[in-house]
Amino acid sequence: MRIELQQRTAPSAIARLLAPVLALAAAFLLGGIVIAAMGRSPLAALDVYVLQPLSDPWALQEMVVKATPLVLIAIGLSFCFRANLWNIGAEGQFVVGAICGSTVALATHGTAAGAWVLPAMLLLGTLGGMAWAGVPAFLRARFGVSEILTSLMLVYVAELILDYLVRGPWRDPKGFNFPQSVTFDEAATLPFLTDGGRLHVGILMALVAVIVAFVVMGHTIFGYRLRVTGEAPRAARFSGFSEPRTTFIVFAISGGLAGLAGIVEVAGQIGQLKPSISPGYGFTAIIVAFLGRLNPFGILLAGLVMALTFIGGEAAQITLRLPFDLTRTFQGILLFCVLGADALVTYRVRLVRGTPAQAAGRAA
Amino acid sequence: MKRLFTHLLATAAMALVAGAASAQDKLKVGFIYVGPVGDHGWSYQHDVGRKAIEKALGDKVETSYVESVPEADSERAIEQLARTGHKLIFTTSFGYMEPTLKVAKKYPGVKFEHATGIKRADNVSTYAAKFHEGRYVIGQIAARMSKTGVIGYVGAYPIPEVVAGINAYFLGAQSVRPDIKIKVVWANSWYDPGKEADAAKALLDQGVDVMAQHTDSPAPLQAAEARGHFGFGQASDMIRFAPKTQLTAIVDNWNDYYVARTKAVLDGTWKSEDTWGGLDSGMVKMAPYTNMPDDVKKMAEETEEAIRSGKLNPFKCPVFRQDGSEVECKGGAALSDEQVLGMNFYVKGIEDKLPQ
Repeated sequence: MRIELQQRTAPSAIARLLAPVLALAAAFLLGGIVIAAMGRSPLAALDVYVLQPLSDPWALQEMVVKATPLVLIAIGLSFCFRANLWNIGAEGQFVVGAICGSTVALATHGTAAGAWVLPAMLLLGTLGGMAWAGVPAFLRARFGVSEILTSLMLVYVAELILDYLVRGPWRDPKGFNFPQSVTFDEAATLPFLTDGGRLHVGILMALVAVIVAFVVMGHTIFGYRLRVTGEAPRAARFSGFSEPRTTFIVFAISGGLAGLAGIVEVAGQIGQLKPSISPGYGFTAIIVAFLGRLNPFGILLAGLVMALTFIGGEAAQITLRLPFDLTRTFQGILLFCVLGADALVTYRVRLVRGTPAQAAGRAA
Repeated sequence: MKRLFTHLLATAAMALVAGAASAQDKLKVGFIYVGPVGDHGWSYQHDVGRKAIEKALGDKVETSYVESVPEADSERAIEQLARTGHKLIFTTSFGYMEPTLKVAKKYPGVKFEHATGIKRADNVSTYAAKFHEGRYVIGQIAARMSKTGVIGYVGAYPIPEVVAGINAYFLGAQSVRPDIKIKVVWANSWYDPGKEADAAKALLDQGVDVMAQHTDSPAPLQAAEARGHFGFGQASDMIRFAPKTQLTAIVDNWNDYYVARTKAVLDGTWKSEDTWGGLDSGMVKMAPYTNMPDDVKKMAEETEEAIRSGKLNPFKCPVFRQDGSEVECKGGAALSDEQVLGMNFYVKGIEDKLPQ
């Protein structure tokens, strides 16, 4: 006896719509069981993890701040993933974007340079991310090298370059030799939306990215071409869509957005360069992209949900003394449920008697 | 949009005030850890300190912690503690410096204690321990126990605190065996058992037969034990991870300091200050000397005592850089505290190159 997945000829539209909701419910149920097994009240955990943050303006604000880099990166990744190209190295493009953008901030540090500093930083950050993503795109298009490996390996190269810079040439001379750059001037810091808050202008960029992606993906020939390339590469080739060109474009989009996220994070949140500027946003964004099912608005929502698990997770540590590992476990459960639900919508699960050979014989 | 947020923030502030009033009976003390409490090293030992507060002050206090907080993303976690009524907050890694200062500015009524930091404010104290004192002792032990004459060191990041530790370790080793050699591998992480173990294995493959570490998990020590080589515990007594080959461990003892600072907040005598305790104040302790001959043990105990009484300073002048030039002696008979806290050079005799 074995389990077989059989593609549904016409997946139900309602099922497709309900799948994420049911997946979320299932994830909460499973998470609740884990918490109950740890001897805590699942209801109290639900309250601390979800309800309290959602009813607290400070936590909502933090959620948006945390979701910003995730959404920016995931939007870019969705272009790649749609075209069946696997950019796993957004973390590196994020770091290179932060480095390139910061060159302006550091060069103008202590000078009276004015309003052009910030736009220049954002532009250079985006271009830096693009260039970094261009390497795996080129290797893939020209030599057929797996972009999964090259993009991932370039993450470590990027991190080491940053490491070198903040220990060497860019080290703050007044910083007791600690590996960090000077703190950016006012002119090189993203303005805040509210006084004393943490909502910076980068949030608006994430929103713009979502809307633009929605339009491009659903309402342009380019978006159509992407989907075809991903879903039916042979058909795409027959229709004359150039594969290398698509590769370059989607890598440029995803690298650029990851680079933008990097410089936004540095100029908006951290305010200086350090050996480590990302708690793995580039990797978490992969989960966000799939949680959002590669749909721009889905990604926006998924980014917020992911941010919620972090913030709720911290609150749960403080008030319920639930360990951080639980947060990670829950993120895993969530992804599993969403992908599982998706699979169930697309495929029918059948229990088949007998061995594969017999089944094949029957089919013949 | 802007007005809406201002309004929401005002509501939040009111809720905060109301919440603080009801929790006034107990002092809430919060901790931010860079690793998991189960790292059996750095964060674990801070958590031991947290429990010591609970034990010493009982129902006058309530403690909580947030673990594995990435340094670049710590501001929110710190603020989360501040706004949930915690009046004393310990942030226990160097990288929390700027975020701690930022949150401290927003919450002037909350006292902050930043471990291994260099910037203070009216409501931010800093504290650290002179671990390099212990490292001088284990350096001497390592040199005596090594057969190959090559000792190893797994470092986290080449920051001054770690570099000073390597120098003290090497100077200790050199003091009993002038031809001793040291090899250093950087894990580029405070806590990553996999990377730490790999770093240790790389050292062992290069002929190292005594392992020291400045990372938080017992992995390097375990890697040494697995090959029958000696090693030292880090931050806490790790003897149960290497019962046959742990020689001793440099134990971070935050208990007394944490209890004293919490009491100070309860009494209203808390002031912003900088504390740098060593073997003399008990902030640095040596785990029992094990798995070594009696004469080595005797030497270690004597050195430990000499440092404790102030007779011996690991960085007594003259100190020479790798290129042989002498370091200016700003602290009288030894390097000044500032020189040790900002150390970014290897001493003469270390052949590796310090990543710059």
